[in-house]
Amino acid sequence: MRTKILSLLENDSRLTTKDIAAMLGVSEAEVAADIKAMEEGKIICGYHTMVDWDKVSEEKVTALIEVKVTPQRGQGFDKIAERIYNFDEVSSVYLMAGTYDLAVFINGKSLKEVSSFVYDKLATMETVISTQTNFVLRKYKDHGLIFDRAKSEDERLAIVP
Amino acid sequence: MRDPLSKVIKEIKPSGIRKFFDIVSEMPHAISLGVGEPDFDTPWHIREEGIYSLEKGKTFYTSNSGLMELRKEISKWYKRKHDVDYDAKTEILMTVGGSEGIDVALRAMLDPGDEVIIPQPCYVSYLPCVELAGGVPVTIELKNENEFRLTPEELLAAITDKTKVLIIAFPSNPTGAIMTKKDLEPIAEICKEKDIFVISDEIYSELTYIEEGHTSIASIPGMKERTIVINGFSKAYAMTGWRLGYAMAPRVIAEQMTKIHQFAIMCAPTTSQYAAIAAVRDGDKDIEVMRESYDQRRHFLMNTFAEMGLPCFEPRGAFYMFPCIKEFGITSDEFATRLLKEKELAVVPGTAFGDCGEGFLRISYAYSLEQLKEAMGRLSEFIETLRK
Repeated sequence: MRTKILSLLENDSRLTTKDIAAMLGVSEAEVAADIKAMEEGKIICGYHTMVDWDKVSEEKVTALIEVKVTPQRGQGFDKIAERIYNFDEVSSVYLMAGTYDLAVFINGKSLKEVSSFVYDKLATMETVISTQTNFVLRKYKDHGLIFDRAKSEDERLAIVP
Repeated sequence: MRDPLSKVIKEIKPSGIRKFFDIVSEMPHAISLGVGEPDFDTPWHIREEGIYSLEKGKTFYTSNSGLMELRKEISKWYKRKHDVDYDAKTEILMTVGGSEGIDVALRAMLDPGDEVIIPQPCYVSYLPCVELAGGVPVTIELKNENEFRLTPEELLAAITDKTKVLIIAFPSNPTGAIMTKKDLEPIAEICKEKDIFVISDEIYSELTYIEEGHTSIASIPGMKERTIVINGFSKAYAMTGWRLGYAMAPRVIAEQMTKIHQFAIMCAPTTSQYAAIAAVRDGDKDIEVMRESYDQRRHFLMNTFAEMGLPCFEPRGAFYMFPCIKEFGITSDEFATRLLKEKELAVVPGTAFGDCGEGFLRISYAYSLEQLKEAMGRLSEFIETLRK
């Protein structure tokens, strides 16, 4: 049941407990209790809105920085990851298997802002061996959601036997 | 000039749905819960396979019965899912939707005057197809208090010495009723004892909301040899526009069905058949995702009906609710017409599926939650005005 609640909320976090209860055929109280428990247990970590910033006039730049680091004895990658993710500019950090170690996503107002963050903050860290900055040109799909797909009209005939 | 039309065709009534379709078409802001098809797009991996087949130039006729590879996959799938063995070579025929299968099966089996038992409310094509095939339809009125299942008593009362075929269709369009193994067993006994053939339209087989899932009557011992199973891709994989179904029948019947199909149709659409291979092979999880989503909306409507005080038995299959509106003292047609004109909400009156649908509405929940919420708001307001 918790998995079902999570799938529903992951798709639409604005669903009310009443809706969820009705859709799963259980009581509102049960749903509310489960959600509360999952929030407290940090299973549900937050509720976000998908925004297509390209449609808003404000300038925004997203970059993926591939970071190679030297893992530290006793702390592995966690310590360095923490030093990176604590910056407000950083929106996501993943530890990767492959040609680099950390995938760091950065949101900035301009190319300049992103580059100066990389040069001043990231590249200068002791354990960082190298960085490669990739700028995002366009987001097509994020979190399972296809951007800019006009919500297509229901093309079905209005009445079908 | 002579009358260009046949007497048979002139006798057949047009579908009762037509009138509503015409009214809704004139109303741009109307919401409709009148659609009998999934609201999902066909899963991409299935569409992609169809596209790939076109790129590869697979644009020719297939054999009359359909692609062997597809029939083999269907044979495996039916064994796995519904525990019935069908020989891909001699017992499976790919058709243009389930609809063609019904038509061809009836034409292959009926002689003039043969009676065909049709439990109603039911899908709109059975009765005219029987008449077009020269048969005589004998209807049974299924009852709300039996949750619109067919009972052995009702069946026995309808059988005469002319009865040849029984058509059953569970999960049901329009009621959403299902018949479990336990419900089907006594029906099967009667068919065997009275030597009656069964056309079992199982197009909604993948959409049941009970633990044991769908039972095919063909899986009951002694029934496969007297059953024609009709199924297809439209409902399970959201592939209505691909027009692809199949019929599975004992060899003697399948051969004659193939003969009619060969002369009337040639073969089912080739692109659809290639896409369908991907569906049967890798589509189980698609079915599960859609089934779960329908189930959530079903719960949502059950709940909303309860809040409105609108009586409705709990449907456990397909994607329809069949609430009872007898308390309002107006006909289904009048209710649906007024609901459409006053609240711009389209539903289908139960009578479109047989006279015994009087006093009921078919409400499809193949719509998004937002659409359903908006629609239920309008329905609730309408009911309040009627109750005043």
